[in-house]
Amino acid sequence: MAYKRNIDRLPIIPKDAKKHIVTCHYCIVGCGYHAYTWPVNKQGGTAPSQNAFGADLSKQQESETEAWYSPSMYNIVKQNGEDVHLVIKPDKGCSVNSGLGSVRGARMAENRRSDVTGTQQQRLTDPLVWRYGTWQPTSWDDALSLVAEVTARFIDKDNEDDLFVSMFDHGGSAGGYENTWGTGKLYFHSMKVKHCRIHNRPAYNSEVHSSRDMGLDELNYAYEDYGLTDTIFLVGANPLETQTNLFLNHMVPGMRKGAKVVVVDPRRTVTINACEDAAGKENVLHLAINSGTDLALFNTLFTYIADKGWIDKEFIKNSTFQGDVAQPENEAYPAALGSFELARKACRMSVAEGAKICGVSEADIIKAAEWIAKPINGRRRKCVTAYEKGIIWGNDNYRTIGALVNIALATGNVGREGGGVCRLGGHQEGYYRPSDAHVGRPAPYVDDLIIKGKGKVHHVWACDHYKTTLNATEFKRVYNRRTNMVKEAMDAAAGGTREDLVNAIVEAVNKGGLFSVQVDIIHSQIGQAAHVILPAVESGEMNLTSMNGERRLRLTEKYMDPPGTAKPDCLIAAGIAQHLERVLRKMGKNDYADQFKGYVWKTEEDAFKDGYQKGNPEVTYERLRAMGNNGVQEPVVGYKDGKLIGTKRLYADGKFTRHGRKDKKALFCAGAWRGLEAPGKKEQKAAHKFLINNGRSNINWQNWFLDQENEFVSDRYPYPFIEMNPDDMASLGIKAGDLVEVYNDSGATQAMAYPTPTAKKGETFMLFASPKGTQGNVINGGTNTLILPNYKQTWANIRKLADAPGAVAHLSFKSKEYTPPA
Amino acid sequence: MKRCRHMVDVGRRQFLRGAGLATAGAAVATALPSQPQAAPSLARVDYPSTRLANVKDLKVNEPFEVAYPDADAPGVLLKLGKRVEGGAGPDGDIVGFSTICPHKGFPLHYNAEDRTFNCPGHYSRFDPEAGGLQIWGQATQNLPQYTLRIDSKGDIYAEGLDELLYGRLSNVL
Ligand code: SF4
Ligand code: FES
Repeated sequence: MAYKRNIDRLPIIPKDAKKHIVTCHYCIVGCGYHAYTWPVNKQGGTAPSQNAFGADLSKQQESETEAWYSPSMYNIVKQNGEDVHLVIKPDKGCSVNSGLGSVRGARMAENRRSDVTGTQQQRLTDPLVWRYGTWQPTSWDDALSLVAEVTARFIDKDNEDDLFVSMFDHGGSAGGYENTWGTGKLYFHSMKVKHCRIHNRPAYNSEVHSSRDMGLDELNYAYEDYGLTDTIFLVGANPLETQTNLFLNHMVPGMRKGAKVVVVDPRRTVTINACEDAAGKENVLHLAINSGTDLALFNTLFTYIADKGWIDKEFIKNSTFQGDVAQPENEAYPAALGSFELARKACRMSVAEGAKICGVSEADIIKAAEWIAKPINGRRRKCVTAYEKGIIWGNDNYRTIGALVNIALATGNVGREGGGVCRLGGHQEGYYRPSDAHVGRPAPYVDDLIIKGKGKVHHVWACDHYKTTLNATEFKRVYNRRTNMVKEAMDAAAGGTREDLVNAIVEAVNKGGLFSVQVDIIHSQIGQAAHVILPAVESGEMNLTSMNGERRLRLTEKYMDPPGTAKPDCLIAAGIAQHLERVLRKMGKNDYADQFKGYVWKTEEDAFKDGYQKGNPEVTYERLRAMGNNGVQEPVVGYKDGKLIGTKRLYADGKFTRHGRKDKKALFCAGAWRGLEAPGKKEQKAAHKFLINNGRSNINWQNWFLDQENEFVSDRYPYPFIEMNPDDMASLGIKAGDLVEVYNDSGATQAMAYPTPTAKKGETFMLFASPKGTQGNVINGGTNTLILPNYKQTWANIRKLADAPGAVAHLSFKSKEYTPPA
Repeated sequence: MKRCRHMVDVGRRQFLRGAGLATAGAAVATALPSQPQAAPSLARVDYPSTRLANVKDLKVNEPFEVAYPDADAPGVLLKLGKRVEGGAGPDGDIVGFSTICPHKGFPLHYNAEDRTFNCPGHYSRFDPEAGGLQIWGQATQNLPQYTLRIDSKGDIYAEGLDELLYGRLSNVL
């Protein structure tokens, strides 16, 4: 049977409950919520005078009511040491979501740690140190001191290259301006760590280098642009599932007002089905291109649109670079950048050629070009372009994103109503750090260096390489071996002095071992290899600021206590800095120790003031609190009449700044199509039968690390699904729910077969980053230029592993596509 | 498309205001609003035992409209024609569900072809053959299912629910 909570009533929020502003910390959309808390021995009543809604709760409430919350929106947590009721429910007044919750955000309360209701017992409560063959809880001072004592042995004022750092750069979740600043100050200010990488990729680089090099920040529009446009152009994106309320609250209304939709995706997704429902089938064009051929498609569209003259000549003249080459192609710039004409020449591709490479009809390409750019009754057509991991983690990242931005620039669809060419995003953003210029470009391929035996100490901040990297089979094998060497040395030194222990660790490291320090909110998979584990907190357990996909900056207020002694990452970073200062001084390295001063933060707000607020003096916690769930769109340009003044769209003045060019002119990207670009992809494709396309889903997304302990979610998908064409399944003797092995030269992994009639033969889609079957095991190590991983283009073979296990027996394998009334 | 959108708009404004939801065969016992000063409350709400239909009223794969635990809570009985977990009746194939979407309270419609409940609000789908499992969607709970009892005369009674109904903080008001 499907999981049921058997909860048939909930405590009523009393009138005087505390109300906190909350931005959902799971996905980029950043929906507004309120957290209500009140003492555990109190409750409201059904009479309007007795509850927070002023509603008569003895009656059935209407659809979309504010006066209801589901059991998943409720919990009992600690606040200032006392048990309190907690309800976290969507805010109707927030322009982002207008009261909508999603299958993820509407479970925020249920996904808090509670000792009363027993939820999220996996959350870490105390620092853990590898001792006596397992992890033992210890004090912060003890754990931080060990981290500093070992780290200090391998860093030097002029060379910090043996310290490897994996650190999140995102907002929401446990990220945000406070925490990226804390870690950023430690590794980029006090130190100049070069061997670092970001949570979802094996290097410290941008996901959208080309857009930025061309002058455009990747989040340049406002969500309302979807309601003001003629065409919505979605590329490698599945917003109904992964930016849910952006789709439901902004894209759908745009479609209902008449916007057409072009979707580029090798796979038919539920997004396409929903677009057909909202816009009408005749207004949705799905270009189901061959995997990895996006660049050919965009260059064809660009050529056709330019040849037809459906371009914005004024805009090109006034706002883009005039001349030939502005930036030549080289190792750091995988394509030349320059003028419109330069790009036209380099990108030229006929419709026939494009159709052949992409595997779609010429008529469909022409239709797409018309919907994107053909003027309507003599006026310029407005088109908003949104892209995400389909091309970010796709073939030839740099040129592909550049080619897409070319189309937006040529048609004048940037900085204007109904325009924009934007990433949809994963987490919220919340990046504020000192310059990373010392890292270099291309940035070091950190995961590969670790495989090659480089690095001595590894600080890991909420990154789980084991689930989310490429070449994961090999990475895990090496990482386990290298960290085990240190564990064994630590075991052998048990009972000795601290000095003995540190010496034993240093010796093991010098023999090829790796000392691994993990900061996380749970004991992650890579955390199984850790020697020290430091417990961090999430949004809501601390005050946290982030911005969403339209640069909307909000504060989430702290509404509950952290689990145990867990701390905000910024304060953990400060603790490491303080211990390093002390240890380095003791070692007689006073100069170096001085670099670790300046971390006397008591609270996350102190870190905010030290970082973000210094750069943006108008923005304070107090003012953000007053701006509520609608916050302010960055950049903040002033403060007037008690309100922060923001910026609705970037580049409304036609001046482009992201590349830092003095002339403020946007550049076009002159990147010709060159086939599968990352090493090893062509060979892998030739040698294997199935495309293992991969990504996230509605229910298994940003908060999966929490949801692995959530009954509702793990009941629906106890294993990651792999969508397969039913004929392919039949030919391999696979039934719905069977476990299959996906294997190739890079490794193997497992998934649960989900028959999907709309899947093309030979093309599958597997959930990425599952704790129960890592798709990255079968992704080869070759990356795109600039060390951008190419997760999407993966080929492998499939065989049956086992009949559907018990946990699968009760599941539904029906189509995920909504059907309208007959 | 038009009709569908229209339905949604009508749904938004009108449904869940009670009245006229119970159809023939559904003798509905409306529970009185609970009195705050009444007897000490129980750990779980006290569900009415309500006769919803007789097995003879049901045709395979045709939803039979009912309401439970009161007139303001629309639902259906469904004879699936195949034994399912949680199914009642001699063939173990009769199930009953709320038809209000647990996401934002829109009315679900039934697709007889693939036997799913579908929500025009935000595209959620539920599988009555799998205990109301949300196949895909925005709700954070599976579809509330009735606990059914069938007596010797073939009368079908609902006697409980396994999830909180949308729009009420107590299943029995
Ligand atoms: S759409 Fe994203 S931000 Fe909004 S509630 Fe869902 S997970 Fe949270
Ligand atoms: S109301 Fe049913 S999906 Fe939203």
